[in-house]
Amino acid sequence: MSADPLVRLTDVSFAYDTRPILSGFNMQIPRGKVVAIMGISGGGKTTTLRLIGGQVKASSGEVVVAGQRVDQLDDKGLYAMRRRMGMLFQFGALFTDMSVFDNVAYQIREHTDLPESLVRDLVMLKLNAVGLAGAKDMMPSELSGGMARRAALARAIALDPMLIMYDEPFAGLDPISLAVVGHLIRTLNDALGASSIIVTHDIQESLKIVDYIYFVSDGKIVAEGTAEDIRQSDIPYVHQFVWGETDGPVAFQYPAPSYRQDILRGAARAQ
Amino acid sequence: MLNKANVFLQGLGFSLTSRMARLGFASKFFVMTLLYSGTALRRFHLVVREVYFTGVMSMIIILVSGLFVGMVLGLQLYQTLQTYGSASALGTLVALTLVRELGPVVAALLFASRAGSAITAEIGLMKATEQLSAMEMMAVNPIARVVAPRFWAGVISMPLLAAMFSAMGILGGYLIGVQHLGVDSGTFWSQMQASVDVREDIVNGVIKSFVFGIIVTWIAVFEGYDCEPTAEGVSGATTRTVVTSSLAILAADFVLTAFMFRGA
Amino acid sequence: MNRSTLDLWVGFFVAAGIVALGFLSLKVGTMDTTTAGATYQLQAKFDNIGGLKPRAPIKSAGVVVGRVTDIRFDSKDYIAVVTMAIDSRYQFPRDTFATINTSGMLGDQYIGFEVGGDPEMFKSGDTIKKTQSAVVLEKLISQFMFNKASEGTEKK
Repeated sequence: MSADPLVRLTDVSFAYDTRPILSGFNMQIPRGKVVAIMGISGGGKTTTLRLIGGQVKASSGEVVVAGQRVDQLDDKGLYAMRRRMGMLFQFGALFTDMSVFDNVAYQIREHTDLPESLVRDLVMLKLNAVGLAGAKDMMPSELSGGMARRAALARAIALDPMLIMYDEPFAGLDPISLAVVGHLIRTLNDALGASSIIVTHDIQESLKIVDYIYFVSDGKIVAEGTAEDIRQSDIPYVHQFVWGETDGPVAFQYPAPSYRQDILRGAARAQ
Repeated sequence: MLNKANVFLQGLGFSLTSRMARLGFASKFFVMTLLYSGTALRRFHLVVREVYFTGVMSMIIILVSGLFVGMVLGLQLYQTLQTYGSASALGTLVALTLVRELGPVVAALLFASRAGSAITAEIGLMKATEQLSAMEMMAVNPIARVVAPRFWAGVISMPLLAAMFSAMGILGGYLIGVQHLGVDSGTFWSQMQASVDVREDIVNGVIKSFVFGIIVTWIAVFEGYDCEPTAEGVSGATTRTVVTSSLAILAADFVLTAFMFRGA
Repeated sequence: MNRSTLDLWVGFFVAAGIVALGFLSLKVGTMDTTTAGATYQLQAKFDNIGGLKPRAPIKSAGVVVGRVTDIRFDSKDYIAVVTMAIDSRYQFPRDTFATINTSGMLGDQYIGFEVGGDPEMFKSGDTIKKTQSAVVLEKLISQFMFNKASEGTEKK
């Protein structure tokens, strides 16, 4: 890992109320790389993104982005920090009452005083990058899932962020849209010179585009490495995840009393 | 038995503390809305846009209901007044009923179910689809950008709507009383003007509707912002907005009336 | 929705609200002083006007012919001076008798004109000389009861 990572989480713990989500969590996102965080649902992946974006604060440990402690920033500092971050939400989270164009222009208009002609040029540049220049006047409800994701991606990169976060960018997409979005994530990251974090469980697509992968389970990192490391990994959890096996460390059965006993008890109750 | 009582008391205590916590959070939210109103008031077109959705969209229901309520008042009061041979007081009674009570209260109840529920549903849906989170991540404060404009739009719209309701109601009372039942037009208006005081009755009515506007929109934006980000959460919050704000309107109306019309 | 269409609607909405407020304060409230149609002024002095109010109707033979515009107290003679606006279409003889009547038992009070036979008509600004004050119900009742009571004692 490089000496000066863009994002560093050191010994982070976090709990919603009393339910622990992360504990003793360590992670580094090097500059210029695309890093994936994988794991089963409910394992704390999205929480990691929220910690980095400062939407939730860690109960202990350090969250450092570009040399600043995110968990200690006040609102003003946090908002200044977020202008340099872009985030793509699970289903795009486009503003439903605005056209695609206005969605992408939103952040530019909110944070800068650029003349409308320049806003237009910038927005069209971003829309062109995701191949949606022709859809600028459409409303989000008229877009297909893949197009909505690309429009949201254009919105996320509107201010040329240093860090782009993706929350389940592949969820619910057809194979073609999925490949398009995957390709865009990689090319945009390299073109902008940004760093990217992808939270996903789409293992095959992400192995193609990412530089480094963290596996998260039960609030801890259980494995990490490059795509090749992960493919070769013999850690049971990773192996099960990569090859999609139904049984393994993550059991098929939800913990339950034995089926035989349950039937017997049911029969007894029926009498 | 003791155990059951214990559990009951515990439940009571828990529900009380959680309600108080929610009330506390709502108050904090209210203060934050006021604090972050700068953006909304500086970029006033944000508020104007919301006045369209809360005020203009509620106009039809307010005008039509006002007309009918006034017509019913005309019929009902005429029947009763006629018994005492004082049908000439019809105008006074219709106007005072509307300006002091029914105008602000019924308009606020209608406003809560028409605009309040829409505000809650809209904000709730924005939360459920992560639009509010997205806004936060774009370094835009959702309270300043989404909540405050809606709040101010409601506060501006409510007194205007209540005035329209009362005016329509009085016209409705006039139509029935004068045009239909034959009360003298001059008596109708002169009695009304002799007994309705601009400061005492009309200004107090406007103050009432202003307070109701604050209450309804506050509840509506809070329920939307605080709702469970799911489909059930949004629909539950919408229902709560209508129920809570209706009760709050009636309770506040009692308090305000007790203070305003004590001597009269 | 287009921004200018939206602005137009909101402008219309606010204007309608202000018109409604204006209607309430001018037409429903007491700020209104205008009376439709051409009128001329008459004055009348009463010992007691009872419950007469400004804008109360003036009736002759049951037809409304004008309105009370102003009531004030004459502190010199300790009487009430009522100013009336009478419809210019109607002229009244100089010996017209103005009484304060009540419509119904508990109804509102109005001024009734009982026309005399004088060939000269009132001119604007004139004062009606022959007036009869309002009948105060309480007085009437107590008088009635007093009479009954005295009747009773006489019989014994």
